[in-house]
Amino acid sequence: MMDNAELAATPSLPFNEDGPLFAEPWQAQAFAMTVRLSAEGHFSWTEWVRYLSAEIAAAKSGEEGDSLDIYYRQWLAALEKLVADKGLASSAELTGRKEDWRRAYLNTPHGSAIELSAADSKPD
Amino acid sequence: MAGHDHTDPPSDIALRVKALESLLLEKGLVEAETLDAIVELYEHNIGPKNGAQVVARAWIDPEYKARLLADPTSAIAELGFSGVQGEDMVVVENTPEVHNLLVCTLCSCYPWPVLGLPPVWYKAAPYRARAVSEPRSVLEEFGVDIGDDVEVRVWDSTAEVRYMVLPERPDGTEDLSEEELAALVTRDSMIGTARAGQE
Repeated sequence: MMDNAELAATPSLPFNEDGPLFAEPWQAQAFAMTVRLSAEGHFSWTEWVRYLSAEIAAAKSGEEGDSLDIYYRQWLAALEKLVADKGLASSAELTGRKEDWRRAYLNTPHGSAIELSAADSKPD
Repeated sequence: MAGHDHTDPPSDIALRVKALESLLLEKGLVEAETLDAIVELYEHNIGPKNGAQVVARAWIDPEYKARLLADPTSAIAELGFSGVQGEDMVVVENTPEVHNLLVCTLCSCYPWPVLGLPPVWYKAAPYRARAVSEPRSVLEEFGVDIGDDVEVRVWDSTAEVRYMVLPERPDGTEDLSEEELAALVTRDSMIGTARAGQE
């Protein structure tokens, strides 16, 4: 698990005494993936911090919206670049998979579990 | 009303996260359990939990409470909280005679803009099954003592409806401010698996 020193060394990470703060579940999921990929040795936390800092610096031009939302949008963009650069998942794979999930939702009746296989088949 | 033959996809950014997560899981680069463990560790830090402020206002302002029970989506928006549009919110009131408990037996529908992130147990199969078949035992395990004369109502989320429990105001809180009252309103008290102010 992350130690707090590493978290504190992460640029602009919003957190309180209980840990990092998230406005929406996807933000916590993006955070968790980053922590695990780093812990599994796919990249170092220092390397991650470089990608995140670059993304934050590039996006400085007055984005509108909630600060946690902006921060984790930059976080996800940085993570997508890092996993692509490391050959873990390409940008084309990510885009394709996103559209598959969108179709899977649209093809799945409410209340049923969303399965990726539903992307290509509308159930009766 | 929207049809039942589809599920509205989440926001584009949430789909990007889901895409990345499913690819990483498939390739064996991360494990679902370890990701869940991190999210669970911080679950109390996720989401705005605006529901506590809604409950505190309803406790001190009877007219607001009436509006909240009659038209929850508008009454919640009155306090500046949005994000529940597109889904009808229903607020169910706990009284000395009735205790309400929320569940979604099929999936894990949950009004997170109001309640924060659902706890892991809420999404787990045992709670989803047992909350319906034996709600009194489930409540007992959560430490909620329900008298035999109290009716337990279980609310199962459906296609377009999200529920929130309006817990009972604890005794002896007449002198507390709205802010102090809000601090007594836990997430679990708005699911029905705890009373407000319960340790």
